[in-house]
Amino acid sequence: MEPLVRFDRVTCRYGREPVLVNVDLEIGPADFIGIVGPSGSGKSTLLKAIAGSVEPIAGRIERASDVSIGYVPQVETVNWFFPVTVREAVLMARIDGRHLPWPSAEEVDDAQEVLERLGLGGLAGRHIRELSGGQQQRVFIARAMLGRPRLLLLDEPTSGVDVRTRHDVMHVIHDLHHQGLAIVLTTHDLNGIASHLPRLVCLNREVIATGSPRQVIRSDVLEKTYGAPLEVLSHGGMPVVLEQYPELLEEEEGAKVLPLREDHHEHPA
Amino acid sequence: MSTLLEPFQYEFFQRALIVATITGALCGLIGVYVVLRGMSYIGHGLSHAIFGGAVASYILGVSVFLGAVVWGLVAALFINKVARRRSIGADAAIGAITSASFAIGIILISVQRTFVVNFEALLWGNVLAVAPGDVLVVLGVALASSMFVFLRYRQLLFSTFDPEVAEVSGVNTARVDIGLAVMLTATIAATMSVIGVTMIAAMLVIPPVIGRLLTDSFSKMLWISVGTGTFCGFVGVYGSYYLNWSSGGTVVLTAGVLFVFAFLLSGWRRRIPALGAEAH
Repeated sequence: MEPLVRFDRVTCRYGREPVLVNVDLEIGPADFIGIVGPSGSGKSTLLKAIAGSVEPIAGRIERASDVSIGYVPQVETVNWFFPVTVREAVLMARIDGRHLPWPSAEEVDDAQEVLERLGLGGLAGRHIRELSGGQQQRVFIARAMLGRPRLLLLDEPTSGVDVRTRHDVMHVIHDLHHQGLAIVLTTHDLNGIASHLPRLVCLNREVIATGSPRQVIRSDVLEKTYGAPLEVLSHGGMPVVLEQYPELLEEEEGAKVLPLREDHHEHPA
Repeated sequence: MSTLLEPFQYEFFQRALIVATITGALCGLIGVYVVLRGMSYIGHGLSHAIFGGAVASYILGVSVFLGAVVWGLVAALFINKVARRRSIGADAAIGAITSASFAIGIILISVQRTFVVNFEALLWGNVLAVAPGDVLVVLGVALASSMFVFLRYRQLLFSTFDPEVAEVSGVNTARVDIGLAVMLTATIAATMSVIGVTMIAAMLVIPPVIGRLLTDSFSKMLWISVGTGTFCGFVGVYGSYYLNWSSGGTVVLTAGVLFVFAFLLSGWRRRIPALGAEAH
């Protein structure tokens, strides 16, 4: 199958600082890719380069002629006090074709259809602040979906949310993938998200490794990606990253047992 | 009845009422974007910066309005450029550039003492001295601004709410920002002789804030803001005739009173959820 987007030795920079260096990447119509890497490694820039809002200074980005791309930002950057209802937020995606300020009946129907598909059908008139964390993330997925994309880009879709919301959001994203959408998302969550995805790209300005979680969630790859030693265990065939240092765990155990018991005996109140 | 219609027999009053009403609506329209972009202080700053441009244009013998627009636009773009340097915040950039521009105007006035009286109108406004040409200028800016908002409503909303995603989604946010800066500068330049530069900042901010207090919907906020600005312009000038108060001051005071009512009403609605659940 012809790829939707192909990067050929792409370099991007902001000012004098290179953010991406010689990146090669291919995104197919059935791909579900997670991009992992430390803060400042170029993950968001890579998404913007895929979307076309960041131009490379070297290399080439090819996009299939019929590809349409939806972009979902980090919800942490959203101004939740901005006066928009769910319907208004979703309809923002319609910027082409119609110049009139108010939406056509067809646009309203399209928005309602997408909202219902994402389980937000009854919330169109609500202010975005009044929704739960998972619903808020789904509003911005719905906005991206309104353009009927073939490729959906999500920047840290589970950043700053609790475990239940993370599960809710990932369930929606997996559903969209099963319905035929190619997905590319960035994440810091190696255990909760990355290890469950079919394909990962480890990025630190350049692509360090790419492959399945078993292939790339390895101590040597992660050390090269994050610049710090990370221990990887296997649990039920899945890689699990130990994000705490063993020496710190030992200190914690030694400190919490004895002094607490003495304290209880001497000061029962 | 004849007492209520009495002021309308004067042409100067008819012009004042028309210009103040249009100015109120215009400030209410532009002000929504100013407030939601966190640029409330730029409205205040630009209204002072433009004062310097107006005085300089007068001395050079060119159109005060066009000179003020060009000066204000240069100031607005310069503020954008300076504010992008991370070591200098937007508020500091606005403060430095607009204060310096205002100071130029004050110094020019102090050197050329012969026209002090004319420029007092720019500082404090004199809606009762509106010339027929002023009516046309304000009307032209209002029509052009309304057209810009009408045709670029979606791009303006998207780039105001979420500039980063708007850019990714194909909105030319730089062009939208320049369009908004031109509209804001033209609005301030056209209306400063009506309600005065010191009052413009208030009219750019109070009607949108009233709208924001009363609704959670952008389109409703826009209508409420324009409606409030229109109402304040009309009632303020009409009331000032009978009260014998400063026209500009009365317009803004009317907006201030409405703000207090809106603030109390929004607090009351929050305590009674059924009333606060509009549009749900």
